[in-house]
Amino acid sequence: MNTAHTTTDQTKKAAFKVLVVGNGMVGHHFVESLLEQTQALAVKNLDLTVFGEEPHRAYDRVHLSEYFTGKDAESLALCEPEFYQAQGVHFYPGEKVMTIDRAGKKVTTDKGRSYAYDALVLATGSFPFVPPIPGHDRDACLVYRTLEDLDQIRDYAGDGRKGVVIGGGLLGLEAANALRELDLETHVVEFAPRLMPVQLDAEGGAALKQRITDLGVQVHTGMQTQDIVAGDVCRHRMNFADGSHLETDLIVFSAGIRPQDELARSSGLTVGERGGIEINSECLTSDPSILAIGECALWGGQVFGLVAPGYQMAKVAAHHLLDQLVPAGTLTPDAPTFTGADMSTKLKLLGVDVGSVGDAHARTPGAKTYRYQDEDAQVYRKIVVSENKKELLGAVLVGDNSRYDTLLQYALNGIELPAEPAGLILPETSGGAPMLGVDALPDSASICSCLNVTKGQITDAVASGCCSVAEVKDATKASTGCGGCAALLKDVVNAELTNQGIEVNTDLCEHFAYTRQELFHLIRVGGIKTFDELLEKHGKGLGCEICKPTAGSILASVWNEHVLESPHVSLQDTNDAFMANMQKDGTYSVVPRIAGGEITPDKLIVIGEVARDFNLYTKITGGQRVDLFGARLEQLPPIWKRLVDAGFETGHAYGKSLRTVKSCVGSTWCRYGVQDSVGMAILLEERYKGLRAPHKIKLAVSGCTRECAEAQSKDFGVIATENGWNLYTCGNGGMKPRHGDLFATDLSDDELIRIIDRLMMFYVHTADRLQRTARWMENMEGGLDYLQSVVLKDSLGIAETLEADMQRVVDRYQCEWKSTLENPEKLKRFRPFVNSGVADPPYSVC
Amino acid sequence: MIEVHNSALWQTLCKTGDLVANSGVAALLPSPCGTNAIQVALFWLPAMNRVYAVENYDPLSDTFLNARGLIGDRHGEPFLATPLYKHHYRLSDGVCLEDSKISLKTWAAKIEHGEVRLKV
Repeated sequence: MNTAHTTTDQTKKAAFKVLVVGNGMVGHHFVESLLEQTQALAVKNLDLTVFGEEPHRAYDRVHLSEYFTGKDAESLALCEPEFYQAQGVHFYPGEKVMTIDRAGKKVTTDKGRSYAYDALVLATGSFPFVPPIPGHDRDACLVYRTLEDLDQIRDYAGDGRKGVVIGGGLLGLEAANALRELDLETHVVEFAPRLMPVQLDAEGGAALKQRITDLGVQVHTGMQTQDIVAGDVCRHRMNFADGSHLETDLIVFSAGIRPQDELARSSGLTVGERGGIEINSECLTSDPSILAIGECALWGGQVFGLVAPGYQMAKVAAHHLLDQLVPAGTLTPDAPTFTGADMSTKLKLLGVDVGSVGDAHARTPGAKTYRYQDEDAQVYRKIVVSENKKELLGAVLVGDNSRYDTLLQYALNGIELPAEPAGLILPETSGGAPMLGVDALPDSASICSCLNVTKGQITDAVASGCCSVAEVKDATKASTGCGGCAALLKDVVNAELTNQGIEVNTDLCEHFAYTRQELFHLIRVGGIKTFDELLEKHGKGLGCEICKPTAGSILASVWNEHVLESPHVSLQDTNDAFMANMQKDGTYSVVPRIAGGEITPDKLIVIGEVARDFNLYTKITGGQRVDLFGARLEQLPPIWKRLVDAGFETGHAYGKSLRTVKSCVGSTWCRYGVQDSVGMAILLEERYKGLRAPHKIKLAVSGCTRECAEAQSKDFGVIATENGWNLYTCGNGGMKPRHGDLFATDLSDDELIRIIDRLMMFYVHTADRLQRTARWMENMEGGLDYLQSVVLKDSLGIAETLEADMQRVVDRYQCEWKSTLENPEKLKRFRPFVNSGVADPPYSVC
Repeated sequence: MIEVHNSALWQTLCKTGDLVANSGVAALLPSPCGTNAIQVALFWLPAMNRVYAVENYDPLSDTFLNARGLIGDRHGEPFLATPLYKHHYRLSDGVCLEDSKISLKTWAAKIEHGEVRLKV
């Protein structure tokens, strides 16, 4: 009943002006937090303005090095381009605030404009510290902090061969990774006697150094750079205190960060002796109208150079301002405060796992230390426990972070340690304690430290109806910061779903209450030949874009009838439907089969002529064949007529089916080859061509252990040995690469084919729809051992069936395009319009 | 008798033999104002004894490919899933299931004397 009154009251109030200086990760998080809360409470009088010194809107600085591995500024951005405008925020990127008039409550920018504020939030971040070494200001002496810095590094790397990072801390190693991505000979120079001196102890630092050196990065610890002068062979020469020197083309300083507190300092706010804007637990500076958050802030004499504490400060600051925006009594009295933060970190630096928890250096009085060191596997683990051995105080991990989550939970939640704490770091085979199950965690356990989400909040989200990790992420924001807790989050969600008795629905779709594997069985054993029959016996409705292609694929795997036969034609997905790969403008690409990548000059000429005559764009594929792009629907039959007449067959590039068998040139030509890899590749491709499967299947054959065909990244990879063939399986490239597992060794040609027959058909029988072999293996209970027992030892007694099923597919092979060209009924599908002879006009608008 | 009277409104587009069961084909509908013909996607659902006609243009992918999509049903309502990005349009009224603000133009369609006719 007070609602109406409150609303009127609010609309009368003048707008409350909040200015945010800085649009980094923390500044952006503050804006998001404040908007989320003001929107939830329908606050109307907020007037929010954001200044960013950089020209871009906020981006993910934690994953900055991905800028060199394919991500651009846009994909690193933390929000959509229209976000600020859509939310009614005044956003001024590329505008730097120069002065604060605290008495007049306004700021002035480098563009000469002034803006009034009621509350000012400083999120100015930090800047890289460049030690005053003589020569530090030479050309190509750079830092690693912003996208502009990265552009500069890339520019200078272009004409250089060698790069040095000064500083072997966390950011320094990130920078070294970036230089390596740019193909520079990379050196890291660290003043301290070990890498990552803040997080690691001497042994951990040494293990990390060894691993990184093995990756080709040269590490020089305990080196003091005296000056940087012109080099003889490279651009610079760095002279060290011990008399040695190093030449390099570019230098990246990464010797720590300093709070960007210049604006606060010149405005008379209290700053720390070594920099940093002093704040209290509410994130207020010495001027109560000004707040500071993130790396520019100093709390309890400490600056927090991680994103998680910055996010916590952003939340505290947002809550503080919200309190001034809503009528008294609206908010609960337990306002959040900032009371310091856990600085534990889990990282992958240059691909090497590094973890540091709590008191890593055992500085707590009476602390006891346990160490495990494996110089062969280059793994190092250390835990620091309290004097009474009941509490975990800290930990150091190098080379393997699989124990990190467990150790962090012990430390953060004060969970009592097992009687023999050493078990926590010993290998499991030697009786090491198993991982801490998620059920053992208290509800207060912090699962996501970036967004500060507890186990209790996650179980609440599941209780209130979230049924998947994605839904829990949406509801709680857990794992949307650095993402390091994703695996732990999944465990918590799954355990909670099980606890609540929620069964995960594995039905294919609303039309079939079966999994793909069950449908496969029904079709095969029931002798079902068409989708209509399947629907009538086991499903309902008309079907959909999930079950139709799935059924179409299974029917093809089992009976291998032409995909354009009339009962099957309506089941085919976009590409199978016209036996070509649809491109974004509706034209198609065409890929003839070139088994093993072997092709005659005459056939190459035909491909060239066809491409020329139909004006097609041509590109060599990764599977050693040629893709012809830009064919219109009605051009597909005449193109294929030419190709089939020249002896080509369809390449099935459009199908979830066997694609290619890649090969190196093998013993016929190569002086290292020990077997005829091309011959084997052609044999395999000819055998399995036309097999439809849950997803595409790729093979490769290498003629020696040099592995030039990259067989270990394929679903089935064959590598020649002196005595025959080694078979690897379930490898994958793509988004989540996986090395294939060695499945069987020194096989004869016949043995190899028999094993691949069984293995491939077992995959076709049992995998989920659109599941590649890599994920199939990962999700298989028993994994490689189980698969070997089924295929090699025939533990299920199905080997003969699998071989027979494969032989049936092989025997019924037909080139789909050849038989289509012979069938006028099938060719009718390729008319762009059923009532007109005009060509398919994909580019015209009516 | 009524059919004959209204026959001017129903335009014949193609033969039933041109349709593909449980799938789509594209046809051209001459434009009333003499400009470019309109592309129509025709879907035949024998189980429901119905032909649906929707425009062939998909505003979400800016292509004329609806006829090459898959068709199915959601809780009994027939829809088409576009071939490029699998957006869903309800066949009865053309409304996009992902964004109800977007819809395709639809026409009443029927099969008569072995011909497919659209109400224009």
